[in-house]
Amino acid sequence: MSAARAEILVEGRGGAGEALVLTAPISFWGGVDPATGTIADVRHPQHGACVSGRMLFVPGTIGSSSASAVLMELVHRGIAPAALILHEPDAILLLGLIVAREMGWETPVAVRMDRERFTAFTGKHVSVGAEITAASPVVAELHAASAKRWAQVYETLAR
Amino acid sequence: MAPALTEAERAIAAGAEGEGAAMAMRIVAEAARLLSAPRLIPIASAHIDGALYHGDSGTLFAEKLVAGGARVAVRATLNVGALDLTGCAQIRLSGAPREMARRMMAAYAALGCEPSWTCAPYQAGHRPAFGTDVAWGESNAVAFCNSVLGARTNRYGDFLDIACAITGRAPDCGLHRPENRRARFVFDVSGLDPALLATETAWPVLGSLYGREASETVGVVTGVPADPGGDALKAFGAAAASSGAVGLFHIAGVTPEAPDLETALGGDLPERVVRVDAAMFRQSRSRLSTAETPDFVDAVAIGSPHLSEAEFEALERLLAGRRVAIPFYACTGRHVVAALDRDGRRSALEAQGVTIVADTCVVVTPILRELAGGVLMTNSGKFAHYAPGNTGYAALYGSLADCVESAVAGRPVFAEQAA
Repeated sequence: MSAARAEILVEGRGGAGEALVLTAPISFWGGVDPATGTIADVRHPQHGACVSGRMLFVPGTIGSSSASAVLMELVHRGIAPAALILHEPDAILLLGLIVAREMGWETPVAVRMDRERFTAFTGKHVSVGAEITAASPVVAELHAASAKRWAQVYETLAR
Repeated sequence: MAPALTEAERAIAAGAEGEGAAMAMRIVAEAARLLSAPRLIPIASAHIDGALYHGDSGTLFAEKLVAGGARVAVRATLNVGALDLTGCAQIRLSGAPREMARRMMAAYAALGCEPSWTCAPYQAGHRPAFGTDVAWGESNAVAFCNSVLGARTNRYGDFLDIACAITGRAPDCGLHRPENRRARFVFDVSGLDPALLATETAWPVLGSLYGREASETVGVVTGVPADPGGDALKAFGAAAASSGAVGLFHIAGVTPEAPDLETALGGDLPERVVRVDAAMFRQSRSRLSTAETPDFVDAVAIGSPHLSEAEFEALERLLAGRRVAIPFYACTGRHVVAALDRDGRRSALEAQGVTIVADTCVVVTPILRELAGGVLMTNSGKFAHYAPGNTGYAALYGSLADCVESAVAGRPVFAEQAA
């Protein structure tokens, strides 16, 4: 069973669902339909897949600064991914979650993980949950020193 | 790591100046954390790109700021919206989306933003001073502001632009810091015919090529014999910011941070030198057209970025009183419409078949009629880049003169091409 630690970028609802591992960077504006959550960019390898309710692994982002508006619209319509797993802390995209949270809407958690680890989750049912720091004093110490918060991304059995 | 906020900033985030200002401060602080900015810095002005309707959530956000009593703390101009509030052009947006787009534009005005509704604010009297920190959105405006005016901004997007304007602050990182503004590669155009560089089409074509070479890297153009003027620099920056993530470029001997090549490079050697030749120029020009068989044209659109008064004068000269045979859209800001209206020039152009589009443009909102397999001719590198994806029309690139002759003839007409 695959499992990995991931730094929490934006706190939110931990989730579980089927992994959608993107194999190329994506532009949310113009690349994801804000009304349906479908990947609309015909040149993207996962063109036609729907991000809604999926554990979305994003190796990189490109393009417009309106990515945040598209992600917030997905949250508002209740069709956002169940969690975002990003290779890099993309401020423009994640601002969509930060603002949605300010609006009082429930947002999925966003975490950071090296994209080299993404493929282990392809096709799997995956959960993102809070890390139990008490079980690991070393982790707890790390946590205190860096002021970072950590989550656990792990494969689960689909129900 | 969380940025170090001052006591005053923390108080605002906690609600000392109302819930709208608190929300804006928390958004700026969270953005700073994600950008690893150590602190916030004061800004002198903002240009807001967030008032373009992408869905109801953006309208609700702006209205929540209004309800929370927020007001912009610095001068803030507005980029295009989804509607033409001047009534110059018909927008094919109806029902609930039209109402939400209208409410969104009204909310941004209620926050104290100037209803400039233009993507060329720097030609509408908003020109921050050299070296000042500002928070600007809209990729072409960011490129012009950094490169031609020498003010300092990152590429601010939806939500963060207005949050910075309300707080009067921005995360201290990226192009706000002098060490990140130095050129790292050289884009040498000295191998091109100077006569070619004096033409209008040279700048959008070179900008498009520059953007692909640069991606996010700051570069310096060398080999430009004379200042090509504001409209040419506008076209270059817009094309570069469409094909690449260009926030800042330098042109040796022309732009303010590049009195010469050495200064632009900060005394270091460039990581890379791109020597542009005539073949690269021709290839970049042909890439701007996506129409496979350029033997027909359905519409012409110019004005991305928005046309200046000088560009309208060129249009009037080339039209020379003739009438166009196909739809012809000239996109501009209301600052220019006011000038055109003063001496009856708008009605003269409209009588010649030209549709003036104000406050918005043909690639951000439905204006062109729906037409499968349509071909849109333009002299704008930015329209050529975005028209196929956003309108469904294939792009056909030509000079302004080519656009006018084609519109009058009702079929593509090209003068002999230079280079």
